[in-house]
Amino acid sequence: MSAVKEFTAPGMAVRTAAILFIFVIIFTGLLSAAYLWTKPAIEASATEEKMKLVDEVLPRNEYDNDLLNDTFALEPTPELGLSEATTVYRARKAGQPVALVFEAVAPDGYAGKIRLIMSVRANGEVGGVRVTQHKETPGLGDYVEVKKDKNKARPWITQFTGMSLAQVTDKDWKVRKDGGKIDYYAGATVTPRAVTKATLKAARWAEANRDRLFAEGGAK
Amino acid sequence: MITRDEFNTIAANGIWKQNTSIAQILGLCPLLATTTNAVNGIMLSLATIIVMAMSNFAVASLRNLIPHEIRIPVFILIVAALVTVVDLLFNANLHELYLVLGIFIPLIVTNCIVLARVEAFAAKNPPLQSTFDGVFMGVGMLWTLGLLGAMRELLGNGTVLGGIDMVFPSLQPIQLLPESYPGFLLALLPPGAFILLGCMIAWKNWMDAKAAERARLKPPAPVASAGCH
Repeated sequence: MSAVKEFTAPGMAVRTAAILFIFVIIFTGLLSAAYLWTKPAIEASATEEKMKLVDEVLPRNEYDNDLLNDTFALEPTPELGLSEATTVYRARKAGQPVALVFEAVAPDGYAGKIRLIMSVRANGEVGGVRVTQHKETPGLGDYVEVKKDKNKARPWITQFTGMSLAQVTDKDWKVRKDGGKIDYYAGATVTPRAVTKATLKAARWAEANRDRLFAEGGAK
Repeated sequence: MITRDEFNTIAANGIWKQNTSIAQILGLCPLLATTTNAVNGIMLSLATIIVMAMSNFAVASLRNLIPHEIRIPVFILIVAALVTVVDLLFNANLHELYLVLGIFIPLIVTNCIVLARVEAFAAKNPPLQSTFDGVFMGVGMLWTLGLLGAMRELLGNGTVLGGIDMVFPSLQPIQLLPESYPGFLLALLPPGAFILLGCMIAWKNWMDAKAAERARLKPPAPVASAGCH
């Protein structure tokens, strides 16, 4: 600002507005640039997060498709305890169905809902189950979450891996206390019972809906 | 450049004399929300340090271009843009850290300390001094919120370092008081934060009064609240 001029009131208003406008343009530009520049990295890490979860329940070498983009929009499904729409991921190898990866909810945990992610292979075998969200008592029922399980070599929730309706009867697909074959740690029965029940229901649901789920939307 | 004296004054103001939480009484909204344990308070302060250093630097650099009449909207524009850019950059490049600090960054928007320092300091001082002011205001906030969080947590739950597993997954909170400690809910609720903050302000005033007496000076006049939440 070199020569100090006297501005009239309207002139002053226009000048001020122009300066504000320029600042808005500059900082909006800065925001857009930052957004566009970081977008690929942010999307990549969101994908990475999702894949990390999927890897927990289904080994990556079992399928060769881009599973995160081979999806099926699932309507709210009471059999899975889901009251909202979710996404089912479909794993295929050479175009052949390998497994379904989907969410399920055990509604009857000791402290409310326990959210699970699990995979069921095309032959009905459970590929793996993981707890993604729960409010179970710390140090008591929270061992359903691998991170909190003291048995690091063989966490509780890995018992379900490899189980299928063909090999395990409904009677066995229960915690030991209820006459089944699922072990649990003494002191907390409600939590493992809820998870066990949810996995059985989910396995049944996957069995009944498998063909529909793999067929719809077309293979990629 | 910055002289040693200037630097010392800025540091002393930020950490003690004009401490945001116990002298200026600014930013009470995030203070109440996050200091239920020390870890949250410290994490919020770390995020605030980054944003304050950047916004103070930006405003100080542009201060001669901003007309006085529209300085507030321009400051808000700069602060909001910087908070969002920091949020995006963290998410993209430091994803692990973002998972820890990320939820605190949007909270800074509710924190008027940033705007207050921009208006009170950066608008009148060169960039380097302003950047240091931002950092030291944040450091002052860090120890205050850390201490307040630790006291609330200890009184409320009997633990220290609750929430540390969020930052370092291998660490666990330490139960300092016996397991049978019944807990003291008031300390964890916002009124408890106000009461403990009041005690800290009283402690600071007492320390200042003692120091002033020792220096045979009159106690400093109590600093009025800026009326910001």
